[in-house]
Amino acid sequence: MAESIAVECVLCPGGCRVRVLADRTEGARCRRGEAHARQEATDPRRTVTTTVAVEGSALPVVPVRTSAPVPRDLQAACVREISRLRLRAPLYRGQVVLVDLLGLGVDVVVTRSLPAGRETLLPMSNPASR
Amino acid sequence: MGGHPGGPGIVAVRGAHATMSGEVDVCVVGSGPAGLAAAAAARRAGAGRVVVVDRETSPGGILPQCIHDGFGLEEFGEAFTGPEYAERAAGDAACVGVEFWQGTTALALGPGPELVLVGGSGRQVLRPRTVVVATGCRERTRGNILLPGTRPAGVFTAGTAQRLINVMGVLPGRRAVVMGSGDVGLIVARRLHLEGCEVEGVYEILTRPGGLVRNVVQCLHDHGIPLHLGHTVVEVHGDRRLEGVTVAAVDADGRVRQGTRRRVPCDTLITSLGLIPELEILRGLTDGTVDESMRTGLERVFLCGNAAFVHDTVDCVTACGRLAGRAAARHAAGLRWPRRVARVEAGEGVRQVVPGALSELAEAARFHLRLDVEGFDVEVQARARDRPLARWRLRAVSPTQAVALTAGPARLERLRQDRTLAFVARPGKEEAGGRIHRR
Repeated sequence: MAESIAVECVLCPGGCRVRVLADRTEGARCRRGEAHARQEATDPRRTVTTTVAVEGSALPVVPVRTSAPVPRDLQAACVREISRLRLRAPLYRGQVVLVDLLGLGVDVVVTRSLPAGRETLLPMSNPASR
Repeated sequence: MGGHPGGPGIVAVRGAHATMSGEVDVCVVGSGPAGLAAAAAARRAGAGRVVVVDRETSPGGILPQCIHDGFGLEEFGEAFTGPEYAERAAGDAACVGVEFWQGTTALALGPGPELVLVGGSGRQVLRPRTVVVATGCRERTRGNILLPGTRPAGVFTAGTAQRLINVMGVLPGRRAVVMGSGDVGLIVARRLHLEGCEVEGVYEILTRPGGLVRNVVQCLHDHGIPLHLGHTVVEVHGDRRLEGVTVAAVDADGRVRQGTRRRVPCDTLITSLGLIPELEILRGLTDGTVDESMRTGLERVFLCGNAAFVHDTVDCVTACGRLAGRAAARHAAGLRWPRRVARVEAGEGVRQVVPGALSELAEAARFHLRLDVEGFDVEVQARARDRPLARWRLRAVSPTQAVALTAGPARLERLRQDRTLAFVARPGKEEAGGRIHRR
């Protein structure tokens, strides 16, 4: 890793500017901040959330997330890959709809249950519900 | 919890008016996280019939459109997405016997309390023993800040854009400018970017971001979206559809700096200008002031969640709803409505404090404050005129994050020594988060 990497700590309102060096960190005011900064500097990861087109339901899309965080810099690639999916209702919260996303060892999971049929769950503001 | 493991969750009950007759102990207005928590807590505290009314056809409030994760770290010890949190909270309420009247709008509230409802089968007047108002917030709009220019299509509040993208499956435009850097604006900027809409930049009139550090880092820095602090949108252009906006640098008083005007072509303007508690239903009856158990000034009417105080997290909203629900159950069971014995005000260094009153029944209280000071090791005091009644020390504070202070029985006893008490805060020793204000 480079000589030192600067990380903005996001754990509390303090927003410490931490410098992560090979053998130590500088600038963090707590232990959690040190650990967070080291993780951010060496292997930053994020849970990716997006939506997927769905047929046979009141709503045209269903929200999904990755089952575990993925490398930060692959978020856009993950969203592109997930957006190729086409799903069919009913769908259940927790249902896995894509296994081993981009070979990263994480799955894509539905985060909202959507019953089949167009009758339920329509937002009132949607003209189609009238 | 766990009543609906992977199950279909809550399906809206349509035409629930058929079952509207009969006594209702607690009627909750709004099925967002505050309303759901209030309803479940009321049932758990012994309330007989608990009903949640909501104009939408499925419960959750704005949670279903907040598809990002990070919800529920305090409540559940893991990071849920909004839809997941909504389903768990609704499932929990359903499991303890809460009735859902979805597709039902509460039109008016009156003393009694009395609620006028409209739904699929028309208008009906309900006289529950207690009412919990959990109506959340509205977004401040372009109109609220009198932004000059034409009135083309393509100007959306952040929440509207979020709903379009995440629930309706519609991308609002191809090139967007975000005005204001509140959390929803930052989160929507990331969603737009990931869905293929170019985000030209986020313009924040203040010299600090409005949202949490976490969102500045994960929504903007992660994706290379520029944040322009000390800048704002000063004019809107376009005839039918938005064609661009003029942005400019502003000074500390919000005045445009000469020679900094710049026209940015875009077809979409997202406004993230803050939230206004939705208190319409209380208008003419009482203000939004609550006591330690979220009682309003109107007998047997409670107010909770973001309608009472714009909380930072859904966990805080849930806790607030639970507090109201528990108290509502006790009053539905016959507990007399208490007098207010003290007024709580925001003093120097404090922008807002909730609750704004203490009742004669108060044994403990949790105060939520927005501060005007920042830094590390900040002291907050509750004072009666010139005498400090209680002190709290805070490790790190910033005006963009609310703080919660707990007063147990001993502290509260001291706080009740005076009819009026004011919370004050002094600036901290070091500047917090100073360096994220660069750019």
